[in-house]
Formats: sequence, C-alpha cells, structure tokens
Amino acid sequence: MSPESTPSQRLADMRQAAEEQWRELHEPEIPVIYVGNATCGRAAGSQETIASFEESLAEKGLEARLVKVGCLGHCYAEPLVIIHYPGYPPLMYQKVGAGEARVLVNSFLKDGSDPCFEYLFGALEPNDTFPTLMDYPRYLFEKRVIMEHCGLIDPASLDHYLAVGGYQGLAKALEAGSRRVVQEIKDAHLRGRGGAGFPTGIKWEIAANASRHPKVVICNGDEGDPGAYMDRTLMESNPHQVLEGLIIAALAIGASRALLYIRAEYPLAVETIQQAIDAARERGLLGADILGSGFGLEVEVFQGSGAFVCGEETALIQSIQGNRGMPQYRPPYPAVAGLDGLPTVINNVKTLSTVPVIMRRGSNWFKQIGTENTPGTAIFSVVGDVEYPGLVEVPMGVTLEHLITEVCGGIKDGKPFKAVQIGGPSGGCLPASELRTPIDFDSLRQAGAMMGSGGMVVMNDEACMVEVARYFVDFTQNESCGKCTFCRVGTRHLLAILQEITKGEGSEEDLEELQVLSESIIQGSLCSLGKTAPNPVLTTLRFFRDEYLAHVREKRCPALMCRELIAYYIDLEACARGCDACVACCPTEAIFTTSNRKKAIDQEKCVKCGECVYACPPEYDAVRKVSPPEMIPDQGIEPLAETEEEDEK
Amino acid sequence: MTDLPATNSDELDPEEQRVLAAIEAELPSMPAGAQNLIPILQRIQQTHGYLPRGGIYLVARHLGLAPSKVFGVATFYNQFRFNPPGRHPIKVCLGTACHVKGGEIILENFARRLGIEEGETTKDREYSLERVACVGCCALAPVVVVGEKIESYVTPSKVEGIITEIEVRREMAAREEERNES
Ligand SMILES: Cc1cc2nc3c(=O)[nH]c(=O)nc-3n(C[C@H](O)[C@H](O)[C@H](O)COP(=O)(O)O)c2cc1C
Ligand code: FES
Repeated sequence: MSPESTPSQRLADMRQAAEEQWRELHEPEIPVIYVGNATCGRAAGSQETIASFEESLAEKGLEARLVKVGCLGHCYAEPLVIIHYPGYPPLMYQKVGAGEARVLVNSFLKDGSDPCFEYLFGALEPNDTFPTLMDYPRYLFEKRVIMEHCGLIDPASLDHYLAVGGYQGLAKALEAGSRRVVQEIKDAHLRGRGGAGFPTGIKWEIAANASRHPKVVICNGDEGDPGAYMDRTLMESNPHQVLEGLIIAALAIGASRALLYIRAEYPLAVETIQQAIDAARERGLLGADILGSGFGLEVEVFQGSGAFVCGEETALIQSIQGNRGMPQYRPPYPAVAGLDGLPTVINNVKTLSTVPVIMRRGSNWFKQIGTENTPGTAIFSVVGDVEYPGLVEVPMGVTLEHLITEVCGGIKDGKPFKAVQIGGPSGGCLPASELRTPIDFDSLRQAGAMMGSGGMVVMNDEACMVEVARYFVDFTQNESCGKCTFCRVGTRHLLAILQEITKGEGSEEDLEELQVLSESIIQGSLCSLGKTAPNPVLTTLRFFRDEYLAHVREKRCPALMCRELIAYYIDLEACARGCDACVACCPTEAIFTTSNRKKAIDQEKCVKCGECVYACPPEYDAVRKVSPPEMIPDQGIEPLAETEEEDEK
Repeated sequence: MTDLPATNSDELDPEEQRVLAAIEAELPSMPAGAQNLIPILQRIQQTHGYLPRGGIYLVARHLGLAPSKVFGVATFYNQFRFNPPGRHPIKVCLGTACHVKGGEIILENFARRLGIEEGETTKDREYSLERVACVGCCALAPVVVVGEKIESYVTPSKVEGIITEIEVRREMAAREEERNES
C-alpha cells in the first residue's frame, strides 16, 4: 500500500466533495427547509407538510431546497421543520402541518421578513434575537453521542454522513487492525445496549480468538418490545452509522459475512438500510477491498417476521436458518458457535452505532461520559403521560427523576406521578420512592426493573398497576415460544389470575399464588423471556400491593381503569337540559333522555369507552366515573315517556 | 417429495385458485435451500397479501421439506396470515403506550362497527382487522394504521369517522366509474 492511499487518505478525498455540499447547505444562498420524515414524522403528517411546501413554493415562484431528514426524537413536536434562511440562524418550528407550511412560505420564505414567531421553537445556533434550543431543559440535559446527527442529516445521503465525520472511525480501525480495535472497545468499557449489558469488547475478543472460519457479525434490529422504537429511529435516521459500526465489528473479529436482522414491520428502516448498503458499496466502503485496505465484507438484510423471542440471540439465529425462533441452550455462546455453527457476534443497533464514535474520538473521551461501570449514554423512548414524550439520550447514571421531571418536562397537565415502567415486558414498574435510582444496567436491575430495550412508560394516577402487569403478561404469554413448560404454561396461569383480579374475581390467596408462580417461572425457564416475564408482576406486587388488595378485597379499581370494576353515570345536577353532546358520541346508543330532559346512561348497554366524558362540554362536566359500579348514586331516574319524546321532535 | 393433499379443487374459490396457480409459477424462480424458507414465505405474502393453505404445500415441495415443518414456521411468526386481507386493512396498535391510552377500546369499536373480530376479514373483503404491537409513534397514542396511513390520537368517535371517510371515497369512486361508463 503506498502511503498516499491509506484508508484515511482515500476517505479524505471522498470527503472533500461531501464537505463542499455540506457548506452549501449550511451557508446557504437560497433557503433550506429540513423536514423530519421518519416513521413518526410521517404519522404526524410530514408527507402532507412536504407537499404543501413544494406547492406553495411553486405557486410563489420561490426557490428553496427541501431536505428530508430523519427523526430528532422530539416526537411530541412532529412534524418538525428546520428552516435555514440566508442571514438567519437555522430555526426550528414544531407541529408544522400543511397549513403552517403555507404560512411559513408566505410570511417567511417569501422575503425573510417575518420568521413566524408563533410556530417558532428555537434557533439551532446561539444568536441575539431568538431563543435557542439550549434554553429548553430537553436540549440542555441531553447528551447526544449515538443520536448526534439524527434529524439533522439526510439518511439517504452518504455525503451528509461523510461531512459530519462519518466512516473516519472505520478508516482508523482499518489502519489499526483487528487487535487494537478490540482493545479500544475493551478499554472503552462499552456494554451491549440490547438489554443485558454484556461487555462488547470481551464478546468480540472471544469471537476473534475462535479458530473456525468464516466468521459472522449480526446487527440485532429486531426490537420486539412493544413500546420501544429507538433502534428503528437510528436505522431510519442515520443508517450509515449503524453500518459503519457493523463493518468495524466485522473487522475486529475477522468476519467476512455480515447481516442486519430487521423486523419486517419496519419497512422504512429496511428500505433506508438497504439504500445505505448500496451507497456504501458503490463508494468502496463495502465489498471486496474496503478503502483499499484489503479487508472485504458483504452485508445483507434479513427481515425478521415479528416474534418477540427472536430478539434473543440464539432464537434469532434459528430464524435466520429458516426454523421456528426457539432459543437454544448456551453454552456454546454464539461468539463460539453461532450461525451455521460459525463464530458469530450479535450486537444491538445502539451498541454498533456507538462503536464508530468510540473509534473516532477514542475510548478515553467515551469514558468521560456516564458512569465508571457503564460509560456512555442510554437512549430511552419515553412515552405515556409526560409533557415531552419522545426519544431521549442521556448520560448513564442520571436518575430517573431527572429524566422524567427535567428532561421530559414532568407529568402532563400537572397530574401526580404514579409509576414508571422500564424495560418493557422484561422490566418492572417503579413508584415515586424509587425515582432516585440512577439509570444504568446494575442499579435498575437491583431496583427490580431492567434496562431492557429502553422502553419507558410514565404513568399518572389514572393507570392501574394490576392492569399494566396483566398487559405485559398477556404479551409475554403470547410470545412465549413454548419450549419451556414453566414459561409456556406458567405465564398462562399468571395471566388467568391477573385477569380474574382485574375483573374483581380474585382473592387474597391469588396474590400469594402470583408470587410463588413467578418465582417458579424464573427458575424453570431457559431464556430471558421466561426469566424476566414475571418482573412486571413482581414489581407491582412489591410496590403497589394496596392496589391489588383493593381489587381483591373491595372489588374496586382505585385508578378507575379496569373496565369490569367501573361504571359511568351522569350527574343530573351538572347535566344541562336539552344538551345532546353525549348522545351522538355513544357508540352503543346507551344514553337516553330522562323525564326532566337531562341525560342518563343505560348501564346494560354501556361499554365503558369513556367517550361521553370527552363529549360533555367542559362547562357542564357532568359525566362521572366510579368504582365499584355500585357506587352510582340513586338519582331517581325516569326515562322520558315515549309520547313526550315524539312531541319533542 | 411431498404431494399436494387431495383437495377437491371445486371447493376452492376462484380467487384462491388463481393465487395458487401464481405461486406455483413463481416458485421455480425462487432460491432453494431450507434457509430460504422465511424469505420465500415473506415474498409470497408480499405479492398476494396472505399465505393460502395450499401455498404451504407448494413451498414445502419446492424446498423438499415436510409440510408440517413449513406450517410450523409459518404459524410461529406473527407476520404471516392465512386469510386474505381486506382492501382496507385496519391495524390497531396495542403497544404499551397505546394500551395505556385505551387502544383496546378502539379495537372493540372497530370490531363492533365492522361486525368482525380481530384477525378476520369482512365478507365483502373490504376490511380486515388486526392488532399490532407498537408502530413506533407512541407519542401520538392511541394509533391505528389504515392501509398505509397512520391515524393518531384515535378516539371511538374518530373510528366512525375513519370508516365513513373510506365509505364516502368508495361511493364517490363507484359513481365516478358509473359516470365514465355511461
Ligand atoms: C426475549 C428476548 C428478547 C430480546 N430482544 C432483543 C432485541 O429486540 N434487540 C436486541 O438488540 N437484543 C435483544 N435481546 C438481547 C439479545 O439476546 C442479545 O443479548 C443482544 O442482541 C446482544 O447485543 P448487545 O451485546 O449489543 O447488547 C433479547 C433477549 C431476550 C431474552
Ligand atoms: S404503542 Fe402504539 S405506537 Fe407505540
């Protein structure tokens, strides 16, 4: 290899053109409009926003550049738009629908006169006129390592990624060679973000030392937790970073085959990644001779078919081999004998996305972030009753309290905090008293929850903990592969008991039974699906026992959530004569007119959907919810006589 | 070699017969080898919207596998369905966030409105109803996917609106067609 054609040199050549493009975009002569267009943006209507921008610009004969970017993680603010008008700092706008897009074109993009303060969220850069994003706690407290460029670059553009430093980690790795790469990752104490927190460097070392060839690396993008979506967001918003991590992993262990396992329910992620693979191959970042280093790798996408258990590494391998996705006994670990018996490293999307950053900036830099035992950041999808739901990336070690109240703005509408569910079906529900828990693998496990997938659901006092436990057990029970009796049958029993309790048919002995059964399931299951399935039950039993007791003793659901245990009625004092708002909304025509021309609910017909609560005008606010149903007061209701009803019409 | 089960082909509706014939024609161009089972099933479902029962036997024959093996794999994964989807497939999200926000009630409302249960298709093949786990828009919960479109913040009355909108569009399309014909 001649000195001027080192991988770094080749990359630098490639980068020149990319940086040129990037400059044009960031010191623009014509306005640049960035629209968040990942799945969540699309759900909020970004496609319509884009169409509206295009149309309005054409109508006015204006020139502007539209860049479709990924997701910034601020899902509450979608569709999210950044406008960079020459002479202004880049400005971010939230909830920009088709109408707002039109207004922005007519007022701002037309001549730059009015930057539409009413939709403005903040400026991306410090300046004298506009508030900046750093004025918001959400931005101030976040630490973006993995998601640094998400939502700010075009995922379809390899050049954008190159311009922000992309593939430099790979170039360095190619020059350093396998051994030093493994050492760097070991030094960084990088722990797998797929849930278990296994040290990545050690996993790689085992595979690198394995004698069998060829070797395989797999990126685990199965993301089966029904409440987490950060892996999808990373694949949709910055696919090259995932790919770069995967190539570095392959180099580290000496693999010649790489796979991305992505669930088929994520069509946009599959498409974006596939595009990235093609682009990388075209530019010599994949293929026979990567950046002229002599190292070669081919990458393919395997679409997972939607089974939660296939996120488990041995089950994942089974499914790639065309079998039912059933976990296998370990050892041998996949790093020794995995896909087709070959040494196989499996890493999560977030783990692999961190690797290029570590390679580029060094393990010492990385270790400054987070805690000693778990350096780096954690990404959570925080949803539920918080003010600012979405994806957040924070340093490991911050407390749950900080994350929920500062970063995510606390509980919506000033309601009280009740619980936070962390780690999805494998995790647990923690009450206010546990909010001081620092976020890292070990502390969360001690508290009875799990880092798991990083799904986090924050709940106010309207969520019933028994019902939440029932929900997760229902999920795991459905997803149990059936191999282990305790997992297959045990979760069924758990579910049956929980169902009875939520219906008010449980007894106090049932609580004992739940405890015992949970412990047996943990002992009797092979993989972590079964071993962690009882976590939601155990944590709620431990922290919210009173709520279970109210269900079994008083047949009452304190959170007014379990439908069999609640009833709706209309308070005749508050109900307004002649108002019909609730009648039209009722899907089962359960609301009738009383003899004094107010409204009442026929309990036989009522399905307890709660729609009338929203329909009732706030000035009356007459619909009440009670538990147990016998709490409905006797208001001496008489239906309006049919003849009178006719008269009325 | 596995033989097709003796089915009285008169019993299959013409639609299914057509699909089976198409699958039979497509299979030779698909790769052999057991590890391709899932990708092949995915391709069939992508083309035809579902895996007809007879198709399972055809795939088994193509790959030289026992039909029970193919059935076992196909039924293991949530992705595969064995009846044709409606022209307007409705997928109600019952992921964690949507569940907490009342996704179950939304599912019930669709079931009641369409007169079918989850996993079923209406007789006229217009609608099918499914539950899915997290479509990744939890911040907009509860969420329903109608066709390709994601509906956010769905309420029971919005369920009515969604169906009405589809019906109106259908009615308009039908009238348009009538007008073009005359
Ligand atoms: C039931 C179950 C589901 C899992 N689902 C996932 C998943 O969706 N994504 C993932 O990366 N890891 C998942 N895992 C963990 C994997 O088995 C494996 O530990 C991980 O992919 C290793 O990557 P890491 O070292 O980068 O964390 C799951 C484990 C179990 C037991
Ligand atoms: S739970 Fe419904 S979109 Fe995530």
